[in-house]
Amino acid sequence: MTVSPLAAWRGRLAALAPALAVAERPFRSQLTVRASEPSAIAAMGSALGVVFPSVPCTFTAGSGQFGDVEVLWLGPDEFLVVAAPDLQVSIEEVLRGALGSSRGSVVDTSAQRTTVILEGPHVRDVLAHGCSVDLHPSAAPAGTCVQTLLARTGIILQVTGPDRCTVLVRSSFAEYLAAWLSDACVEYQAAAP
Amino acid sequence: MTFRTPTGGTIDRNTLLHFTFNGRKLTGHPGDTLASALLANGVHEVGSSVKLGRPRGIVAAGSEDPTSLVQVEEPFPEPMLLATTVELFDGLVARGLAGQGRLAPEPDPARYDAKHEHCDVLVVGAGPAGLAAALTAARSGARVVLVDEQNQAGGALLGVDEYLDDRPSAAWVADVLAELRSTAGVLVLERTTAFGMYQDGFVLALQKRTDHLGFAAPAGVARQRVWRIRTRQIVLATGAHERPVVFAGNDRPGIMLASSARTFLHRYGVLPGSRAVVFTTNDSAYCAAIDLAESGVDVPMIVDARPEAPARLATECAARGIEVRAGHVVIGTEGAGRVTDAHVAPLDGVAGHCDTVVCDTVLVSGGWNPVVNLFSQARGKLRYDAELGAFVPGEELETVRVAGSATGELDLTACVRQGRNAGASAAISAGFTPRGQMPLPVSDSRCTSRSGLVLWRVPGDDDASFVDLQRDATVADVLRATGAGLRSLEHIKRYTTIGTAHDQGKTSGMIAAGIVAEALGVELADQRPTTFRPPYTAVSFAALAGRDRGELHDPVRVTAIHPWHVAHGALFEDVGQWKRPWYYPQAGEDLHTAVLRECKATRESVGMMDGSTLGKIDVQGRDAGKFLDMLYTNMMSTLKVGRIRYGVMCGVDGMVIDDGTVIRVGEERYLVTTTTGNAAKILDWMEEWLQTEWPHLDVHCTSVTEHWATIPLVGPKSRDVLAAVAPDLDVSNEAFEFMTWHDTHVAGVPARVCRISFSGELAYEINVTAWHGLAVWEALMAAGEQYGITPYGTETMHVLRAEKGYPIIGQETDATVTPQDLGMSWAVSKKKPDFIGKRSFARAENNRTDRKQLVGLLPVDPSVLLPEGSQIVETDRLPEPPVRMLGHVTSSYPSAALGRTFALALVRSGHERIGETLYVPVEDSLVPVTVTESVLYDKEGARRDG
Repeated sequence: MTVSPLAAWRGRLAALAPALAVAERPFRSQLTVRASEPSAIAAMGSALGVVFPSVPCTFTAGSGQFGDVEVLWLGPDEFLVVAAPDLQVSIEEVLRGALGSSRGSVVDTSAQRTTVILEGPHVRDVLAHGCSVDLHPSAAPAGTCVQTLLARTGIILQVTGPDRCTVLVRSSFAEYLAAWLSDACVEYQAAAP
Repeated sequence: MTFRTPTGGTIDRNTLLHFTFNGRKLTGHPGDTLASALLANGVHEVGSSVKLGRPRGIVAAGSEDPTSLVQVEEPFPEPMLLATTVELFDGLVARGLAGQGRLAPEPDPARYDAKHEHCDVLVVGAGPAGLAAALTAARSGARVVLVDEQNQAGGALLGVDEYLDDRPSAAWVADVLAELRSTAGVLVLERTTAFGMYQDGFVLALQKRTDHLGFAAPAGVARQRVWRIRTRQIVLATGAHERPVVFAGNDRPGIMLASSARTFLHRYGVLPGSRAVVFTTNDSAYCAAIDLAESGVDVPMIVDARPEAPARLATECAARGIEVRAGHVVIGTEGAGRVTDAHVAPLDGVAGHCDTVVCDTVLVSGGWNPVVNLFSQARGKLRYDAELGAFVPGEELETVRVAGSATGELDLTACVRQGRNAGASAAISAGFTPRGQMPLPVSDSRCTSRSGLVLWRVPGDDDASFVDLQRDATVADVLRATGAGLRSLEHIKRYTTIGTAHDQGKTSGMIAAGIVAEALGVELADQRPTTFRPPYTAVSFAALAGRDRGELHDPVRVTAIHPWHVAHGALFEDVGQWKRPWYYPQAGEDLHTAVLRECKATRESVGMMDGSTLGKIDVQGRDAGKFLDMLYTNMMSTLKVGRIRYGVMCGVDGMVIDDGTVIRVGEERYLVTTTTGNAAKILDWMEEWLQTEWPHLDVHCTSVTEHWATIPLVGPKSRDVLAAVAPDLDVSNEAFEFMTWHDTHVAGVPARVCRISFSGELAYEINVTAWHGLAVWEALMAAGEQYGITPYGTETMHVLRAEKGYPIIGQETDATVTPQDLGMSWAVSKKKPDFIGKRSFARAENNRTDRKQLVGLLPVDPSVLLPEGSQIVETDRLPEPPVRMLGHVTSSYPSAALGRTFALALVRSGHERIGETLYVPVEDSLVPVTVTESVLYDKEGARRDG
């Protein structure tokens, strides 16, 4: 019934291993939250069991009534709440409750982007072919979250481990991203000079 | 005859490489450049000059060479490469050029890519100073990138046979390099030229990764890579280029820079010729003379322009049988191709005496030009150093340091000290603490670092005295420029073209400046040197394009339903980056027949299209209504929850920028739609007003364009189709009015259904999450089968809306069209105190009656299709130019519903002209057309409710 943006790419992306393990993690619940009042942000955090990130370009993770939830810092008053599939309706309701009468907004954007997990020793090298952000562990440790360009598509990039990243991409750009990743891996599948 | 020495150089003498040059089969060794291999075979004539067709040879050993342009033919055609920078490989086929090469007509199969790199300290140049800077910075723990254009580190040391601290200099280089390579956080990039320096530590460098492997280059590995380096601190250790002295006949093959001849000897084991006259203004050429003499070249004479020769070096020369003529210059040469004689005379010319020396080689040294190109690109000011006769870095920059001979320093130990200091201070500025100071090596060089006499040219035949050997520009050309009144070096450069060739004047620019200053009688210190611009050396477009070609050239955005369109034979139209179905041809159909069929099916039964690309923005907050009232020309805050309103947006100039629908989702929540191409622009527009003008408003905007798949279901049978798949929904006209929306389930999926029509027909817009888009589309197709449901594309959508006179923003409008021009005064609020664009509507210009206004045009002959963009004139015969143009055709189609062709047009005083006959020039004829209202179909709106 549901089709994810990269469903047709599953095999081709899997074939990029071992240079890079690439897998789409589709259908996750995603909510764009705009809020700036500390009390409202704190209330939304406690409702989800995760402290909202206060440091720019980072994300936080926690667990609560909706299981594991990540909150991505997207801007001074903008966050993306990410959780397991099929929770968007109830999370939206809970976040609205926590926001209360404070200035802000909550929007279900679950299908706006899909998620791609990248893992492997070449992950930073591959991304460096199209991403101008410094991904050296000293500059982008686990917990980093930036909105940037990867080649010609906008992405949200989460650094989740020494050799692991999560990329969120607009659904309409997902196939471009997949094609670009496949191409960028070519050299890491062949012998380097 | 071979000019290869029996030993020496860094070439692999055990391996023979075969190559073809100008049709001749020749051999060389790994480690050779094409130039060194040619010289080893005694080939000096490479090509010919671009204007005069004079033979051209090899002047320098590196990228500063002005003459050795070649065309590589195999493995793949590549024009305008320098023989001195092409590393030799087996099977290379090349030929010399006469100034211009040829690009291959077929696509280059090689891979080119780019990579971003970040560091604390970037060092450009791996000569003695650069190595010292890199090592010092690396030892501090800084992330260091060291780039060097050569295939091995060492810089100037590669071209000499000197010892550092009683060891061959190569050993010193190897030690430093080994430590760099074993230090974490250090990246050493060979064959990598930093070609552009930009603001904030952004440097572009081109790495030639597999060029040198030729046919053996592995597939799948990028041949060249553009490194996009962002660094906090930069050390430029870019070295110096030797410059020649200009004299009559100085362009003959066999005339070469002295240090380059030394490089060919020591690095490649190649002798430049059998008998060499050396012409110098400084000490450094003596080393070349002595080294060549010791290697078996007959060096009859050193011609030293200085009044006195350096005593110790002169003694050494005498011991080797080399005559030293102080106070003399080369005033001319002979030779049909390669040089055969040099004419030597006193510099002062008093004696009038001239000696002719037989030779096949003339080695020239006029001093050294620090390579300040990158420093100048970084906006560093240059200063003229009268002693060197060259521009040197004239100031300290916050993040850019210069070390080594790039500063004008010529002593090796001093260069290394500068490098060490620059590396340390760069590290400190980047927040690191230098550790473990490296010792300074001492060279056994016999040549002192004294600078010599500054001599730009030897007086003589100006027409035969070449300043820029690649451009065939002579002293006479320079004097013609100054004679014409030009004074600025920038102007003279453009007038003479000196310094505009592939080498960008590396050896000629300074001399041109010197000759100009002499001619004008001004001080060089008061002259502004020409601006250095990227790239430092030529970079191919293929490398700059990198992977941005083919399917990666620009992202192709597709909707969730896209696979269905492909499977059903849709042809696609590019709308921004989106691929939208254009039409769905059946067997034998062209555009017109397919579109007529799609239109007919939709108007008579039911059609469906993929509208997912429509921009969608969620607008939330207490002030959302107030905000939208300011953005749109009409009132939005009065819209009731559950209802929909069409709206027009204008810029501050009152011109239409976008249109769409506004859905009131809740008391404090709206969903607005934008045209496909404007989605991002309108969100930016909203954010700009919210962030800069109205930060007090409690409103937030969020793009949900791709969250929703949107499917317009259109036509008299659309109600029946919808009813079949939305059992929970009362689809009756009473329960589901025009311009209202309902949340329901469609095909079992949560959906928001809006009653909106862009065709005049009964129509619904079904919105589901993108994940469900394909399934719901297929369910609708199945439910509509009994009615012959017809998928249609953008072309049919355009026709259907045009029949109703609905404008498309960007097609009917061009940023000079107001809502009133479009006949939409009804959509401009008279009640609202303010909104964006309102003030402009009061301008006299906006209220002229002869503005261009949107009207319909019906060709008198109903089968004539007007080309879109056609001009419109008033008379049936064209008067003498200038002809008054009344406007132009914005849209034009054949119509199934009207049974004829029709058009929309912007026409001066169009609204007043309804009923008039005007004329449209099409090729050689004037087509008569009748002006009508823009609404041509179902004017009374009877079809809206089905």
